[in-house]
Amino acid sequence: MKFTINWLKKHLDTNASTQEICDKLTNIGLELEEFEDLSAVYEPFKVAYVESAEKHPDADKLKVCQVKTKDGTMQVVCGAPNARTGMKGLFAPCGSYIPGLDMELKKSKIRGVESNGMLVSEREMCLSDEHQGIIEVDDSLEIGTSMASIYGLDEKLIEIGLTPNRADCAGVRGIARDLAAAGLGTLKDIDDSPVEGTFPCPINVIIEDDGCKMFCGRLIKNVKNGPSPTWVQNLLKNVGLRPISALVDITNLMTMEYARPLHVFDADKVKGNMVLRKTTGDEEIDALNDKSYDVVEGAIGIYDDSGLISLAGTVGGVSTSCEQDTVNVFVESAYFDPMRIARAGRDMGVSSDARYRFERGVDPEFTRPGMEVATRLVLEICGTDETEVSEIVQAGDIPEWKRVIEFDPSYTKKLCGVDVPAKEQISILERLGFAIEKSSSDGGMLKISPPSWRGDIEGKADLTEEVARIYGFENIEPVSVRSEKAVTSSAETVKLSRARAARSAMAASGLSECVTWSFMNKDLASAFGSNDNSSLTLCNPISSELDQMRPSILPNLIEAAGRNADRGFYDVSLCEVGPVFRSAKADGQDYMAAGVRANNKTPRHWASDITERAVDAYDVKADAMAVLEACGAPAAKAQISTDAPEYYHPGRSGVLRLGKNVIAQFGEIHPAILDQMGIKTPMAGFEVFLENIPEPRSKGTSRPLLALSPFQPLTRDFAFVVKDEVSAEDLVRAAKSGDKKLISDARVFDIYKGKGIEGGHKSVALSVTIEPVDATLSDEQLDALMNNVIDAVANKCGGVLRA
Amino acid sequence: MMNDIDTLKNEISGEIRNANDLKALDDVRVSALGKKGRITAVMKTLGKMSEDERKEKGQALNALKDEVAALIKKQEIALKKQELDARLVTEKLDMTLDARPREKGYIHPISQTIEELTAIFADMGFSVAEGPDIEDDFYNFTALNFPPGHPAREMQDTFFLPDDPSEKGEHVKKLLRTHTSSVQIRHMQNNQPPHKIVCFGRTYRSDYDMTHTPMFHQMEGLMIDKTTHMGHLKGCLQDFVRAFFELDDLTVQFRPSFFPFVEPGAEMDIACSRKGGGLKLGANKDGSVDDWLEILGCGMVHPNVLKNCGLDPDEYQGFAFGMGIERMAMLKYGIPDLRTFFESDVRWLAHYGFDPLDRPNNATGVKRA
Repeated sequence: MKFTINWLKKHLDTNASTQEICDKLTNIGLELEEFEDLSAVYEPFKVAYVESAEKHPDADKLKVCQVKTKDGTMQVVCGAPNARTGMKGLFAPCGSYIPGLDMELKKSKIRGVESNGMLVSEREMCLSDEHQGIIEVDDSLEIGTSMASIYGLDEKLIEIGLTPNRADCAGVRGIARDLAAAGLGTLKDIDDSPVEGTFPCPINVIIEDDGCKMFCGRLIKNVKNGPSPTWVQNLLKNVGLRPISALVDITNLMTMEYARPLHVFDADKVKGNMVLRKTTGDEEIDALNDKSYDVVEGAIGIYDDSGLISLAGTVGGVSTSCEQDTVNVFVESAYFDPMRIARAGRDMGVSSDARYRFERGVDPEFTRPGMEVATRLVLEICGTDETEVSEIVQAGDIPEWKRVIEFDPSYTKKLCGVDVPAKEQISILERLGFAIEKSSSDGGMLKISPPSWRGDIEGKADLTEEVARIYGFENIEPVSVRSEKAVTSSAETVKLSRARAARSAMAASGLSECVTWSFMNKDLASAFGSNDNSSLTLCNPISSELDQMRPSILPNLIEAAGRNADRGFYDVSLCEVGPVFRSAKADGQDYMAAGVRANNKTPRHWASDITERAVDAYDVKADAMAVLEACGAPAAKAQISTDAPEYYHPGRSGVLRLGKNVIAQFGEIHPAILDQMGIKTPMAGFEVFLENIPEPRSKGTSRPLLALSPFQPLTRDFAFVVKDEVSAEDLVRAAKSGDKKLISDARVFDIYKGKGIEGGHKSVALSVTIEPVDATLSDEQLDALMNNVIDAVANKCGGVLRA
Repeated sequence: MMNDIDTLKNEISGEIRNANDLKALDDVRVSALGKKGRITAVMKTLGKMSEDERKEKGQALNALKDEVAALIKKQEIALKKQELDARLVTEKLDMTLDARPREKGYIHPISQTIEELTAIFADMGFSVAEGPDIEDDFYNFTALNFPPGHPAREMQDTFFLPDDPSEKGEHVKKLLRTHTSSVQIRHMQNNQPPHKIVCFGRTYRSDYDMTHTPMFHQMEGLMIDKTTHMGHLKGCLQDFVRAFFELDDLTVQFRPSFFPFVEPGAEMDIACSRKGGGLKLGANKDGSVDDWLEILGCGMVHPNVLKNCGLDPDEYQGFAFGMGIERMAMLKYGIPDLRTFFESDVRWLAHYGFDPLDRPNNATGVKRA
């Protein structure tokens, strides 16, 4: 909402400075967004006298002028046909900024003749599109008179951010009222008394749609339309509105000044009576904003005998519009259901100053007074000796808006923590237009009726806000809310603590945390386990690349790694902790930790023991295990299977389960997926299902007692030849079963295939760690144990000790 | 005889000094102290001597033996050092070569900021609540006092999902939450007052330009009991911004504003200065304030919201507040462009990211360089 200080002062009698006004606006909730001194840009331009204008020696269309300015006589080369000796114009000195040209004026030579400044046109000053000649000003103006004062541009423009609840401040008068209530002056009276009509209005109005609550009209005959006077034009231009014609400008003035949108029809173009009806959905309208609309069903339409002529409260139609030559005007002032205006405007995509106010709620009581104020403006600006004003024709009536709120002033202290004396509270509310009646039965209770323009006031909390905002939020004393008792439990949920642990574990393993969109491309999503779930497809995505809620974090990370590769960074490791979506239900999203490693795990390096190698499934297996361990999962006890989702490499991927629950999956990304995504480097990824990790059983802090063996562990190495399909896990488990008490660990340390090993077989070398419990083992005991290992591997895996 | 011992001593000492490797030294040791060594040979003559002579000579010989052994040990140490020094000279490596690679990852500034905020509010006694990203019309709007068709709904460009016919009423209309305020409703519905929670999460609005991304993060705070008033709101938030920005005297202002779910509603600004191009938080030294920077929206929870959650607004009251996480991160860590948060550029992550081993806590203060 924009207005100027001078416009405000039409309604507010105040001695407050501009700064005080600006500060107060913000303090009472009408946040100052922009302040612009409109005169500043015109400051350099002053009236000057053309002492002589001679033809340029080398150019027929140019003149060399000697211009008398307040700073002395300047030579100016000018191309305007109207530049002549003895005229007064506006002079722009060198160094001034010319708004219409968006450039700084410099001293120059034009065809060999020096030019110091210029005489300006209206277009150069952004006053109009006129560029036929330079501006001529009244001869009586003194040299040096500022341009701003001539054009009424010595204005200060204010823009406030208007919150949707304050429809009353969508007009200058409402803002003045609020400032007056806040002690910044007094609200001036206006004359909105009835203008007596001299004849009945020949156009009747009929309401057939209850979306229109009240519709008033009045015919004003024999007016003289045309451009509005300068003061009206300047008011509108200053707030960014284009002057059109006096009648239309008056409606815009009423909108901006009183938050009272009106409409004017050329009465000679209206056929028959006006009927307010629901639109059918089959109509079109050519609107006054130079657009044509297919009218939605159920908007409030204004019809005459020819059909739809205007969309109520939203935008008028061209067919009955007022033109420069309009003589008879029908003025409309109406009250419409805000919800209906909002819906029609939204459905048709029409935004207008009228819709803005109607949908937020205009003052219902001001429907007729607004008409009277507008009538006076029409008479003042467009009136002629023959002008006649009809009686007001009215259909419907003001909707019931009066309500009474029981209010105990002590509530202000309770809710806002500030002690405002009841008397002061009453005074504030009265200044804001609230009617207050003291309840006779109950001591402090007040019966408060909000004014008609405050449809947003519903209950006692609203009243408290009115008191507090005018009294000043700065007068509320801050009080800390730190807990007095020690925090005895975690502030976080288990899930969030896991997220935190997971992200630290991943970053500590070299993966950098990213945050990627929760949505992705639908087609790509289907490759990552989306069950083509249309309930997770956005109805209004920002683009088709972001139209499906993601079923996995991996595709986003793969794409991110790809983008980094495009920038020349190939060996990247990225991770993310965030939601993935199974369904649109509240329990349909899972919290995941995921990571992707791209291209080479280790780069080329001078050290001979470090070889460049591509990422593989074991890198991401380690990552997944690290996350699981950080989250307190018994990762070592998890069962491993090879049924990872199909976006993983079928032979180089795995799934970790605890019981039935999948806690993680990992592996190389399927080459076909990478190809589909245009990725040229190998990638491996992992996903950890943070919510599937079982919660720790014990809530206590104490750990089981540690029993350390006093005997040194010893290791024995074995090499078994087994069939290719025997997994390392099975082999290790079999070896461990050789003595469950004494064998503490068994690890694969070499795998060999080739010469000396039968085809389809492999030799697996195991290192078995034996930890004596009660006593050092004798040679016989050790031999027996080793034989048990060999037997167990033979029985369970068909393994033969390699010769 | 005594002269013989001195001669022997001089002779052996000279041999020890001249032994220039360990092998030569060992030869000297054997020739002096070995079973057939010279000192041993003299020792063997002791038995033929008189008791007095034996006593005197014996002591002298033992002293010689110890002395020779000590000289050998000393020479051995010297030779070993010499040998080691000689080897080390040949073992010189170029210490300017790169170390073995050690991978380093970084925590994203959004997570960092959330962890900082969690630490600050946990210290004030708030616990963390959660809610789903996919919400419905009731939780995101209606329960928060945005009536259907209300223009305030248009303040937020909502992403919609297809209706869920298995739900009832306003739960049918599925959408991506436009704010974390929906978590307030779920928390109040499922828990008994008093409430003292914060929540963090992804939020979504259909907007993508210089200063908007279709997904961003918010933090929400809620404190409800029977006595919490607007002074507590001011105190809580003032304490919070001072802790977050680690400026003990950071000046704040509260000004009236409007959000449908609070009444009175306010916005909080912090003092700042933009002199010289950069942004500096805080008032001037003389206490004057050049400019204000909007930080967050807040207010006393609207009676209709309390009613929608089954609380009697005549009995319970309290405050709520919400803020953008990215905005807080940008202000605190001088990150200029919102969109870069979501681009996953490894250079950006390394530059603006945080050490995974140095997480925010109340012991060190939550600020990180």
